Amino acid sequence: MEQFSALLSSANLQWVLIGSLLLGFASGVIGSFVLLKKQSLISDAMAHAALPGVCIVYILFQTKTVPYLLTGAAVTSLIATQSIQTIVKWSRIKTDAAIGITLSVFFGLGIVLLTYIQQNATGNQAGLDSFIFGQAASLVKGDVQLIAAGALCLIILTALFFKEFKISIFDPQFAKGLGLPVTFFNAVLLFLVVAVVVIGIQMVGVVLIAALLITPPISARYWTDQLGWMTMLAGIFGAISGVSGAVLSTAIQNLPTGPIIVLSASVIFLFSLLFGTKKGLLLKGGRNA
Amino acid sequence: MNALTVSNMSVSYDKQLALENVSFSVPEGSMTGIIGPNGAGKSTLIKSILQLLPTVSGTVEVFKKPLRSQRKIIGYVPQRSEVDWDFPTNALDVVLMGRYNHIGMFKRASKKEVTWAKHCLQRVGMQDYASRQISQLSGGQQQRVFLARAMAQDAKIYFMDEPFAGVDASTEKAIIQLMKEWKNEGKTVLVVHHDLQTVNDYFDHVLLLNKTPIAYGETNRVFTLANLEEAYGGKIAFLQQGPKAAKGST
Repeated sequence: MEQFSALLSSANLQWVLIGSLLLGFASGVIGSFVLLKKQSLISDAMAHAALPGVCIVYILFQTKTVPYLLTGAAVTSLIATQSIQTIVKWSRIKTDAAIGITLSVFFGLGIVLLTYIQQNATGNQAGLDSFIFGQAASLVKGDVQLIAAGALCLIILTALFFKEFKISIFDPQFAKGLGLPVTFFNAVLLFLVVAVVVIGIQMVGVVLIAALLITPPISARYWTDQLGWMTMLAGIFGAISGVSGAVLSTAIQNLPTGPIIVLSASVIFLFSLLFGTKKGLLLKGGRNA
Repeated sequence: MNALTVSNMSVSYDKQLALENVSFSVPEGSMTGIIGPNGAGKSTLIKSILQLLPTVSGTVEVFKKPLRSQRKIIGYVPQRSEVDWDFPTNALDVVLMGRYNHIGMFKRASKKEVTWAKHCLQRVGMQDYASRQISQLSGGQQQRVFLARAMAQDAKIYFMDEPFAGVDASTEKAIIQLMKEWKNEGKTVLVVHHDLQTVNDYFDHVLLLNKTPIAYGETNRVFTLANLEEAYGGKIAFLQQGPKAAKGST
């Protein structure tokens, strides 16, 4: 226990807490729009596709400078998104299969490259594998500050575009009829998803970060019928999951952060599924059933 | 003055022409029913006019100016089935969407806009449902919310895509009532319509369409058996069989 309070008072951990809180909040908020747009699985493919980007940058430039690695992650994520859309457009393959193909190809490539890097160790390769499941404890202050600042920017951007996202997801035809630039709004949302995935993979890992985008919003949907409240609640649920994942994984040696975050989010989801005031299972037959 | 002029519009899906060389002009203050068999391209026509779909060719002018510059005076009621009614929002919020191009980017709706949206809900008899989640509205009530949203746009020309599909008789009456009010205010209305029995009562102009316009003009001159037979092929016999049989569906 003493050890635990000592941990909490360390400056580094305080930054980890702030970072995980903001990252969780940003994921929940952005994930709400992704969920309503029925693109949750695409975000999962994007996340998995970040891994080869990280590895390629490391192999090409022999650097572990985080912004470079994350730039690589963003590039391969976007390529994956584009290839899903291209497959659906130019073949008979439907979206679900296209996502499955893309996700596994990119992640497979990532694992191959990672193994290559580890077998050709040049001394400072350790740590790249934490991009798979995330490792909050290994983050240095600068990394966490980057996460915190990035997440804050994304939250502000999402708040700015709230009304625009709402109409272009609910009724894109009508929005276009009004002359609103729906394609541009879609691109902004895509950018936000890539950004949150990219800044989050160090902490949560590519395998599970999509859960941080998906689970808090579906939990929130069980408590409200209003988009504003849904995004707010999803943000809070995401923040709680993020913080508990970061704290537990730091306090207990060698626990990966991503899985703990996802388990926390899932506990909140189960609770919401059962007790949620809007269509929660135990309140079925109530006025909202 | 013509409220709408469509010239040489062609649209294709998968290399097949869905609309071919559609040209017509709609006079201001008229109520036009767009009539034709299933697959004739009626909804496609409306969406192409509003530039929601890519077109192969064609130009659209609204009050003698390119459509692009006239968005603020164009109202649109899409098909009810095209949106996700489980979306977490309420009736008032949906109506407010009709004001989004007036409110401007990044801004919230002002009190004035909210009051106007509430007034529009009231005009379609939905004032008591303003904060009701949209999935908890009946089909007719959802259609009324869409109408209120169109009304909130305060447009000069309205495009309605099958507003009567799946609504109860009282909602159909409410829609007709509203369209008549629009007409009295000098607004122009175009409606994709299925029920041939009501065409004479509802519309003063008719566009008979089957991929290409068969006829356009005043209802009493265009809505003739000969024209209908040309538009519908041989499938027009039901007209004589009584009102029920003529209800179309898509």
